[in-house]
Amino acid sequence: MAAHGPVRSPRLSGYTSNPRIRWAEWLPWIAALAFFFTLPEYLALGGRILIYILFALSLDLILGYAGIITLGHSAFFGLGAYTAGILSAKYGFTDPFFQLAAAAAMAALLGVATGALILRTKALTLLMLTLAITSILYEVANRASGLTGGNDGLSGVTVAPILGLFKFDLFGRTAFVYCLIALFLGWLFVRRLIYSPFGAMLTGIRENTARMYAVGAPVYWRLVLVYTISATMAGVAGALLTQVNQFVGLNVLGLEPSGDLLVMLILGGVGRLYGAFVGPVVYLIAQDYLAKQYPEYWYLGIGALLIVVVLFARGGILGLADQWLKALSRPKSSARASAR
Amino acid sequence: MILYVISVGLSVTMGLMGFINLAHGVFAMAGGYILSTVMARLGVPFPVALVVAFASVAIASILLERLLYSRLYAAGELSQVLFTIGLIFVSVAIARMVYGTLAAPITLPDYLRGQVHFVGRDFPTYRVFLIVFSALIIASLWFGVERTRWGAMVRAAVDNRGMAQSVGINTRVLFMATFALGSGLAGLGGALGADILPVDWAYPFEHLAYFLIVVAVGGLGSLRGPFIAALLIGVADTACKYWVPEFGAFLVYAATIVILLWRPMGLFGVRA
Repeated sequence: MAAHGPVRSPRLSGYTSNPRIRWAEWLPWIAALAFFFTLPEYLALGGRILIYILFALSLDLILGYAGIITLGHSAFFGLGAYTAGILSAKYGFTDPFFQLAAAAAMAALLGVATGALILRTKALTLLMLTLAITSILYEVANRASGLTGGNDGLSGVTVAPILGLFKFDLFGRTAFVYCLIALFLGWLFVRRLIYSPFGAMLTGIRENTARMYAVGAPVYWRLVLVYTISATMAGVAGALLTQVNQFVGLNVLGLEPSGDLLVMLILGGVGRLYGAFVGPVVYLIAQDYLAKQYPEYWYLGIGALLIVVVLFARGGILGLADQWLKALSRPKSSARASAR
Repeated sequence: MILYVISVGLSVTMGLMGFINLAHGVFAMAGGYILSTVMARLGVPFPVALVVAFASVAIASILLERLLYSRLYAAGELSQVLFTIGLIFVSVAIARMVYGTLAAPITLPDYLRGQVHFVGRDFPTYRVFLIVFSALIIASLWFGVERTRWGAMVRAAVDNRGMAQSVGINTRVLFMATFALGSGLAGLGGALGADILPVDWAYPFEHLAYFLIVVAVGGLGSLRGPFIAALLIGVADTACKYWVPEFGAFLVYAATIVILLWRPMGLFGVRA
């Protein structure tokens, strides 16, 4: 494979052992910092977007790279959110890092338990199982109102200042930076993962499962592992949402948040690292502007957009951008064929 | 039983044709709305309105199939899932714009409202009618798929489309007709059950899980499967809400998981 010799770009070679971070990959982070300094009145929305990017990144890992189709990824997001919320509101653990760690651990446990059970199935059965799991959690959260607040949501979540120094302020400044750091770490991790042999194996499983069995890859355990990793990340994202909102509502569980997330990822472009960045940004900003004024048109637009993307633009926004760039640069470098 | 009529349609499109159609509830909703509109505005009697609901949903679905669905037969499951979710969004938005947020009003004809006296007990006529009617549909469907030329052709085309084509079956038309039948049944089910499962704009979302459970548990590609699954789920759900209301829908989902882990292809699934 391309482990030896000069590496031109990770996208062209598919698998490299140690890809350097290209300059363009710093752009999202520069944009995020610029956003922080120029648009302070939108920081609450900005923080939410960062959390959803992390969540979308975790889905991208299993859907885009490993090819596991799920309608139940909100199970881990919701579990993380409720873990952090319950720890704080009912048991008085207010340290943000402890909450994050607990949420990650719970989500990982659920991930490994359910993953080990359901990942032997596929297609409709898998879809149904993931949906059933998140629906069960929804029912539990709804009924166990003593612990979760039920339909009214869980309020009274308090979060201590980060490291005892940075308090969560009203304008969401601390929250934004906090989420940005979490997302950055998550991004570094996922990036490392997908360019590793493990990532290459996942892509192989997605593209041709039978052949991966034939070359001796432990397909099932790889899937369980990546499912658990993804669940952990989703749990962390959920806990971040709780800490930023200081509230947990039932809308973190069930079919709806999973569907929304899927839409975001598809819009951005599934199976590519930065699709998870573009999708939530576009979706949440559009939702912020449109959904409040015209809820009916919002759904109409999203639905139509989804159909169009599936029929005509498989790669989402980034896929389109890719095609245009390729069309622009074709006269110069038509000889160098793209790997994907 | 309603669940059955709706989901048998789904079993036809999803099981027989192998297309993951999450937008099936949309057709059921459309059926309910059409019934309500036709009866209220034009004063059409209930049986005729049922036929209208079935026919118009079937025709509309042919349009959709030609324009959109047929492009995705060969596409991956993910595309199909996403596409049908998009369809749900669009239809939900349209339903809400046209009909508002209230449930569609249905007035049953007088002869379906009373009670039926049977073996010393009273049964609501409407429900008896539903059960008898559904049984008729089941019987005719079973006959159609298992015993007629059309059924044999559909089964052949599903098993091996290329082979079916090469022996001279026009699979394009066949799939179109099958899809129309499945969607029409959904429309019929939605219309029939409008009094029990109220039709409103969120209908495709609310009942999506139930339809899917019935098909997944019953197994793709069989008619008997969804029937038994619908009965099971219906009875379990009602019993659950009656005896242990604090669990809600919990047990239905739990049962689904157990059954699917035990028999991943569903109770009567035939296709691997």
